[in-house]
Parts: sequence; C-alpha cells; structure tokens
Amino acid sequence: MDIQVTKIGMVSCSGEELPEGTISRIACRKVLTDLKPNETVTICLPLFIAGGEEERKFAKKYPTITVDGCEKLCAAKSTEMFSGKPSKSLVVPDILKKHNLSAPKKLRHFGDEDQAAIQAVADEIAKSVKEVLEND
Amino acid sequence: MEKKNKKVVVLPCSGIGKVFGALARETTYELVERVRPNSAVTTCLAKLVIEDTETKQLVKENPVITIDGCPKECARKSAESQGVNVARSFQTIDFYKAHKDMKPEGISELDETGRRLAAIAADELATVIDELAVQEEQ
Repeated sequence: MDIQVTKIGMVSCSGEELPEGTISRIACRKVLTDLKPNETVTICLPLFIAGGEEERKFAKKYPTITVDGCEKLCAAKSTEMFSGKPSKSLVVPDILKKHNLSAPKKLRHFGDEDQAAIQAVADEIAKSVKEVLEND
Repeated sequence: MEKKNKKVVVLPCSGIGKVFGALARETTYELVERVRPNSAVTTCLAKLVIEDTETKQLVKENPVITIDGCPKECARKSAESQGVNVARSFQTIDFYKAHKDMKPEGISELDETGRRLAAIAADELATVIDELAVQEEQ
C-alpha cells in the first residue's frame, strides 16, 4: 500500500553570517505560514544537528527540502548526514541570480526593497514543495 | 604579563520555530554590530557540523559563548559535540524573565518590543564579552 506524503520538511540553514541566511529563514517561514501551510513543516536545524530525535525521524520518513544561504550547503549536508538525501536542495544565491535580484546588504531588519528577494525564494520553495508532492 | 585581546565568538541557536530563537539571533546581532563590534563576532552554527576549516579554527582560537532560545540548548550542545569549549552559555528566556514587561513577538522577525529586549540582553552581555576578550598571554 502506498503511503501518500502530505508533509514536506523544510530545513533552512539560517546562516548567521550572511544576509542570504536571513533570507532563507524568512522565506521558509513565509512558505509555512502563507504559501503552503498544510503541506509543510519547518525542521529546526540546530535541534536537528544537536540530536533531536523527532526532527531526525521526521526527516527520515518524509521528504525534505533544504534551503541554504551559500555554497557550503550546511543544511543539505547536515540533512544527508543525519537523515538522508534531501528531495530538493535550494541555494539562495542561485535563486536570486535566476531572478536577477541582489541580496540585501545587511544581516537583519530588511526593508521594502528586500521583499522581492524574500518572495522569490519563498516562491521557489513553494514550487519545489508542489513538485516533490507530485512526484512522491 | 602582557594582555592580549581576543575575539569572542557568539553562537546563537537561531531556532526557526520559536520567538526565543529569533531573540537569540537578534541579541547576537546587537552584540556584534552595536554593542561590541570590535570584540564580538558570530559565525554560522551549522558550519561547525560540516567541519568547515575556518570556522573550526575560529572557535578553537577564541572564547565562545552560546545563546539558546529554549532549554534544549542546541547551540551549546552542537558546539560542544564538535569539541568546542563553551566559555559561557545563556538562554534568552532568562532575559525575558528579568524584563517581564517586554514580551517579544514574531518568529521570522521580532517586533519592536522584541528588538528592545534583544538590545537590553546584549547590553547585559557586554561585560561577559569584555571579560572573555582579555586573555592573559603566558
């Protein structure tokens, strides 16, 4: 019997050093609360890497989408290390480049001028959620 | 004996599901950008797990404090599991308990009250940064 997947776990890198880490975090929350509230959960990366059993079990059982702020891919690598290969691995700079957008210059307190970048990343995550659900 | 100033590495949990995770992140930014820009630095917690060379060297050579958003203390535990000697660890709930009139709201981004509480927390942590930044050179 096939088990229908109804939830996707989003793992944001939340990289503290980079504006792209803040974008990743905000965009994932936007998907969770506005774009795909019934299809997604967020997986707390710090809890996940610190040994959170529930997070690791969820990520083993259900598909995950990782969202990284840089090419070091900490979220994707950590997910693969502890639970399995993510269904999709998104990288914020790649998404911004695709949409011809620039990353904010600051780490926090983004303004109106930064909302297009957040929305582009959130839309890309939501699109990936749809694709993963359709293919699973 | 000569005094040598070191950088203090501040590692917040940045927990994505709770307001107190956002408070940890904001407090860290207050410390490294406003309160102690010359002696406090932050780095990505997850970079420790992927064995990033520069990050491992940074936390090996400098004192580290962690700021966690919940009692699970993921930042502290993650750092320690990677062999980091955490000099001091804090939980943001304690700053709220000390300032009960300032209830933070917001998870993606803190509201104004949360930002004020983060600023107060960072001001209170300034002395910790100062103490740890001054290391006596043998």
